[in-house]
Amino acid sequence: MFEHYLSLFIRAVFVENMALAFFLGMCTFLAISKKVETALGLGIAVIVVLTLTVPVNNFILHNFLDEGALAWTGIAALEQVDLRFLGLMCYIGLIAAIVQILEMVLDRYVPALYNALGIFLPLITVNCAILGASLFMVERNYQFGESVVFGFGAGFGWALAIVLLAAIREKLKYSDVPEGLRGLGIVFVITGLMSLGFMSFAGVQL
Amino acid sequence: MAQLKTREVLFAPIFANNPIALQILGICSALAITTKLSTTVTMCLAVIFVLTLSNFFVSVIRNMIPSNIRIIVQMTIITALVIVVDQFLQAYAFQLSRELSVFVGLIITNCIVLGRAEAFAMQNPPWISAVDGFGNALGYSVVLLAVGFSRELFGSGSVFGMQLMALASEGGWYIPNGLMLLPPSAFFLIGGFIWILRSVRVEQVETEPYEIGPNTRTSPAF
Repeated sequence: MFEHYLSLFIRAVFVENMALAFFLGMCTFLAISKKVETALGLGIAVIVVLTLTVPVNNFILHNFLDEGALAWTGIAALEQVDLRFLGLMCYIGLIAAIVQILEMVLDRYVPALYNALGIFLPLITVNCAILGASLFMVERNYQFGESVVFGFGAGFGWALAIVLLAAIREKLKYSDVPEGLRGLGIVFVITGLMSLGFMSFAGVQL
Repeated sequence: MAQLKTREVLFAPIFANNPIALQILGICSALAITTKLSTTVTMCLAVIFVLTLSNFFVSVIRNMIPSNIRIIVQMTIITALVIVVDQFLQAYAFQLSRELSVFVGLIITNCIVLGRAEAFAMQNPPWISAVDGFGNALGYSVVLLAVGFSRELFGSGSVFGMQLMALASEGGWYIPNGLMLLPPSAFFLIGGFIWILRSVRVEQVETEPYEIGPNTRTSPAF
C-alpha cells in the first residue's frame, strides 16, 4: 500500500510534472517566476490549495456526481441519477470557494503567512494546474487516499518547477540575449530545456 | 468611424497585440494538444466559440453585475459554455474528446477568456465585445495552428493525418523528428514564433530593466 502511494507521489512530482509535462498553470508559471522568493511563495500556496481541493473534489464526485452516487440518500428516484455533466461547474466553484475560505482563515489565524501569500491566493483560482489536477483525478479514477497523495505530489512538482525556473531566470540577467528573444522568448526556450530535462525521468520504473 | 473600430478590434489581436505572444495569456491549456492538427483545430474552434459568446453574454449583463461578485458571474457564464462544448464533443466526436482529455475543461481557466471578459466586455456594448472575443480567439488560433502544423508535419510527416512525406520506416525517405512529438518542442516553437514576431515588430521587444556595463579592465590593477 505504502509503495503504491510512494510511486504515485514520485510520478506526480517528476514523471508527470504538472508544469513541464502537461503545460498546466503556464500563465502564472511564466509571469511570476522572476524572483526565487515570490516563486517560492506562490509554489507553497499552490501545494496547499492542491492538497485541499483534489480530495474535496474527489469526495464530491464519489458522493454526489457519479452515476448512482446519490444512492446513499435512500431516495429511489435518485439512485440512477448521473450528474457528471455538472462536474466542471462544481469543481471550479469549489476551488473558488476553498481559496476564498483559505484566504479568510489565514488572515484571521496566521497573519504572517497571509501576508506572505496574500497576493497569490486569489490568482490561484484561475490557475489551470488546480482545475487540471482535479480533472486528472476524475479521468484516472483515483480513490480518496490516492487523490490526497496525487494532489500533494502535483502541487509539489509544480512548486519545484517554478522555483527552479526562477533560479535560472535570476542568473539569466547576466547573459546577453538576442533582442527579439529578450523576456518572454528566452523564458519559453528555457522552459523547453527544463522540460527536456524532466523527460529523462520518464524511464523511471516504479 | 464605427466601421473602422470594428475592424481594428477584430484584427489588432492577431499580430499587433497577440494574446499568446505579447500578453502571455492562455498558454496553459493549449500546448499539450498541438501534436496533431485535428486536435488543434478542434481546440481552436472550441476557444473561438467560448470566447466570442462569453464576451457577448458578459457584455449583455454587464450593467447588472455587482462588481464584488463579478468574477464568479463571469466564471459561471464561461463554465456553462464550456460544458456545452464538452458535451457536444462527447456526443458527436468521442474519439477527439478522448484525445483532448482534460484540456477541453481547462478552457474555463484559460486566462484569455476571463481576461477579455474582465478587460473588454465589462466596459463595452455586446456587439463590439463579441468581435473582440472573436479577434482574440483568432489571434490565439493563429499561434496554435502554426505550432500544430509544424509539429505534425515534422514530427510525423503528415498534415491532418494525411501522409505528405513518406516515412523512412515505411520505405520512404523522411526520418521523422521525434522531438516534435514531445512536449518541449512546443516551447521551442512558441519561443521561435515570438522571436520572429518581435524581429518584424521591433516595438514589441522587451527592454531590460538595466544595462550591464562593459567589462571592467583588469590590467591597470596589476
